[in-house]
Amino acid sequence: MSYKAIVIGASAGGFFALKKLITALPSDFSIPILIVQHISPTSDSYMAKHLNKLSGLTVKEADEKEIIKPGHVYIAPPNYHILIEEDCTISLSTSEKKNYSRPSIDILFETATFAYGEELIGIVLTGANNDGSSGLLSIKNSGGYCIVQDPDEAEVDTMPLAAIKTSNPQKILTIEGIAKLLIKINNASKKQNKIKKKKKDIN
Amino acid sequence: MYSDSKDINRTTNIEIDLILEGIFNKYGYDFRNYSKAHVKRRLLNRLTTSKLNSISELQHKVLHEPGFFEIILRDLSINVTEMFRDPSFYLALRNEVIPILKTYPFFKVWHAGCSTGEEVYSFAVVLKEEGIYDRAQIYATDFNHDVLDIAKKGIFPIDRIKEYTYNYQASGGKQSFSDYYMANYDSVIYDQSLKKNLVFAEHNLVTDSVFAEVNLIICRNVLIYFNKDLQNRVIDLFHDSLINGGFLGLGSKETLQFTTKANSFEIINNEEKVYKKKIIKK
Repeated sequence: MSYKAIVIGASAGGFFALKKLITALPSDFSIPILIVQHISPTSDSYMAKHLNKLSGLTVKEADEKEIIKPGHVYIAPPNYHILIEEDCTISLSTSEKKNYSRPSIDILFETATFAYGEELIGIVLTGANNDGSSGLLSIKNSGGYCIVQDPDEAEVDTMPLAAIKTSNPQKILTIEGIAKLLIKINNASKKQNKIKKKKKDIN
Repeated sequence: MYSDSKDINRTTNIEIDLILEGIFNKYGYDFRNYSKAHVKRRLLNRLTTSKLNSISELQHKVLHEPGFFEIILRDLSINVTEMFRDPSFYLALRNEVIPILKTYPFFKVWHAGCSTGEEVYSFAVVLKEEGIYDRAQIYATDFNHDVLDIAKKGIFPIDRIKEYTYNYQASGGKQSFSDYYMANYDSVIYDQSLKKNLVFAEHNLVTDSVFAEVNLIICRNVLIYFNKDLQNRVIDLFHDSLINGGFLGLGSKETLQFTTKANSFEIINNEEKVYKKKIIKK
């Protein structure tokens, strides 16, 4: 199975979890990553800038109608939902909060499910509410791959526990475990793409 | 099993195209070039709350029950707003646009997609404090008549007044925010003199055209719900509605950068998305 995108949701304690996860990925990691981290509506784009400095990947705040590219990590801007269009571009929205949150993890996950179907990986990390649970369930129902951070490791376990209960994910892992798995999946899909390309060249 | 969910999604997309076509033909509101992800999410939410099984059933209801169409109309328009939303935007207008407006004996402002009007009253306060309200003609338009009715009254719930007071101060407010409203039970009524030069009217950015030549257009967090083609159409409409050297203020995540009119405007404040129409030499 090859995957076209990874969506990640995090809330309380998410900054350090995300930092650990993103910096563990090598600079040739190609599957695009889209992140909702719950954040104060008045904060600036510090997180994207900071992670961009530490990571070999391009980490940026998601822009309106931006085309999703390999090797990029997109973070939802404060006070905006991010929606994935089925042509794989990003739309922003200031619509009502969902689960008291804007950006909302569920909205990212649900729209990404329509865009990527079974070729999507959804990850729920630490947090103190249950945003992301219903979104992760829709990923699961469309045949996507669901991962939840090990509640024992999570700084706040409410969000992982809720996601596990709702969606029965394929894997429950520590951040280190998630990083290792993502690298494995990324390498496998690279190989697959090479084979596909060879086949194409032969034809 | 999963190829099923792919097929269901394909069918849903076809149904969405059909319902939007139907709404346009029957009611004249054109959502065909709205962001697909946005429209789909709102319609699917309505499907769940109405306990219907498919968008086709929703379509039947919309076409046969005008009352139900009003509900869909509300679903598809976003009416999240606040007084002095993004205070730094108003500060930029105060510092960079107001000094130019002051040079005119008379000027016009257009709030396009004004929703319930909070941002219209906010800017009216700015004009008043800068001493040029009496020289202004302000148009505030939206395609949704329900929100215009609320806007016209200028009465808003009191529960957010603390947040608004903070916003007002951060926007460069010169007085006490309470000077501009009267609290009455759970509502606040804005200073009625702010309404004197204000005209609220129905106007649809998607289907209507230029109605006035204006000095400043404020259209915030509206373009994000449109696809690229529609964004270009609306920017063209704004360009045609502005006088030479007129200003355009967009939402903090909206930009002219990738639109067909990018070269027809100069950037006044990139952070706050304030633009100025280039002077066309005849």
